[in-house]
Amino acid sequence: MHALSVRNLTKVYANGVRALDGIDLEVETGDFFALLGPNGAGKTSLIGIVTSLVTKTGGDVSVFGHSLDRELNAVKNAIGVVPQELNVNLWDKVSNIVVNQAGFYGLTRSRALARAEVCLRQLQLWDRRNDTARTLSGGMKRRLMIARALVNEPRLLILDEPTAGVDIEIRRSMWQFLRDLNAGGTSIILTTHYLEEAENLCRHVAIMDRGRVIERGPMATVLTKLNEEVFLLTPRTPVLALPTVPGFDVRLNGPLELEAALPRSRSVNELFAALSAVGVEITSLRNKANRLEELFLNLTERKGGLSGLRAPQAVSP
Amino acid sequence: MNLGQQFIALSTLVRREYYRVLRIWGQTILPPVINMALYFIIFGNLIGQRIGQMDGFDYKQYIAPGLIMMAVITNAYGNVVSSFFSSKMNRHLEEMLVAPMANATIVLGHMAGGIVRGVAVGLAVTAVALLFTPLPFVHPLITISVFLLCAAIFSLGGLINGIMAKNFDDVSIIPSFVLQPLTYLGGVFYSISLLPELAQQISRLNPILYVVNAFRYGMLGVSDVPIGTAYVMMVLCVAVLFSICVLMLNRGYRIRE
Repeated sequence: MHALSVRNLTKVYANGVRALDGIDLEVETGDFFALLGPNGAGKTSLIGIVTSLVTKTGGDVSVFGHSLDRELNAVKNAIGVVPQELNVNLWDKVSNIVVNQAGFYGLTRSRALARAEVCLRQLQLWDRRNDTARTLSGGMKRRLMIARALVNEPRLLILDEPTAGVDIEIRRSMWQFLRDLNAGGTSIILTTHYLEEAENLCRHVAIMDRGRVIERGPMATVLTKLNEEVFLLTPRTPVLALPTVPGFDVRLNGPLELEAALPRSRSVNELFAALSAVGVEITSLRNKANRLEELFLNLTERKGGLSGLRAPQAVSP
Repeated sequence: MNLGQQFIALSTLVRREYYRVLRIWGQTILPPVINMALYFIIFGNLIGQRIGQMDGFDYKQYIAPGLIMMAVITNAYGNVVSSFFSSKMNRHLEEMLVAPMANATIVLGHMAGGIVRGVAVGLAVTAVALLFTPLPFVHPLITISVFLLCAAIFSLGGLINGIMAKNFDDVSIIPSFVLQPLTYLGGVFYSISLLPELAQQISRLNPILYVVNAFRYGMLGVSDVPIGTAYVMMVLCVAVLFSICVLMLNRGYRIRE
């Protein structure tokens, strides 16, 4: 059974903007699924429709076999959602926010209190349970939204940019939490601008652009469509004029940095050997860009024009 | 969600609204108490002494039911419109929209929240009124039922305003330019029998006239309108406004894109 199945889904807003243009998508039960795309690709509209916050123009959506049109309550019961924008009452207490959410799902008061404690402890917010939400840091507010989304024990957790604006340490602890959650059986759909995040966490990916799914499949398979990787190399001694390196496209960025495009058919060892043959010894290398980001840029044909993408993290050789 | 779970969701929403009223008591309960005291000092003591009696009652006694209803109307309406609109603007309304709560439950919960504030303020201003003048409570059941119906009507009115509002101006326009004039012209400070016939007929189109007079009938035993007509009007208002609210939520009017 699919955790999420979307068929020919379209959304045209009142202002005429076609946010979704007949997309088909399936997410397997238990999957950790990445939904990628630049700003305006239609990711948030898709999530809005699945969580019933946005009305669809056409098409079918089902969650664990329950139709959004005919079994809305079953769909809602199966889903937990962490939206992109902060949507908690900042003047309310942390514990109230989570307990009330449980109540809205019909959990008895005692069950709601117990579930809220579990979720707040999991997200390391239990010590702040009596504080108002506005006193929390940005990362804590994100964690609060995750705790709230988990209080009804959803089978499908949808996270729309959950780590936007949080520092790298918190981001990595959230990654581990999400991995554990997924290992426990919760299906997860993640949208993110941090492509490194998707590559690290997700098993399947769909890339959206202008309301269409332009690529999808297992992460490893999708990445094989990348024809080349670009590396930044540090030479042992400064290079003032780069000789021609047979068989490779190597450029000189500065005396202490070379840029080399490595075709998928060639190995790093071959590159090192070619450089060594022309008298350049390399001491370290790192990816110029995240592999998925390169693929993404190729697919969307917008190199240099995607303001929504974050700079990738450096990768040690 | 079965009926029991809907009741849990409803009680959660009512509890949340109840604590909101208490948390901001300085904004919700204190101002109407001060207003009530000022009305009694100015209209009751200073001006009322020159007016004398109205419908056989001391002027302070005569205006007390209307002033109490005025406080209930303003606060029940204001509570729901501000609560719903702020939750829409701050987007925590989505907490309810993503949950399997029936739209009727969302409407009932906000209505109950408005009634909670209306009752809290109503009791507080009644206590203030009793400091200035005795109130006989001739028909206690009518007094209580009109009290609750009035709070329900204007809570639902506030909810419609909250659903429709796009900005803060929309939230303040109806209370300032519709509710307040209708309240002042709804027989709070005078009996419509003092008005020319045409003005009396126009006044009978004002729903607040029925609320104020039904409450005055419960407290003092006098009314400008038949009590049965007043009840029919109030119950009809609740039914129609409730249906409009549910219909608007079902259609996602200004809450779902």
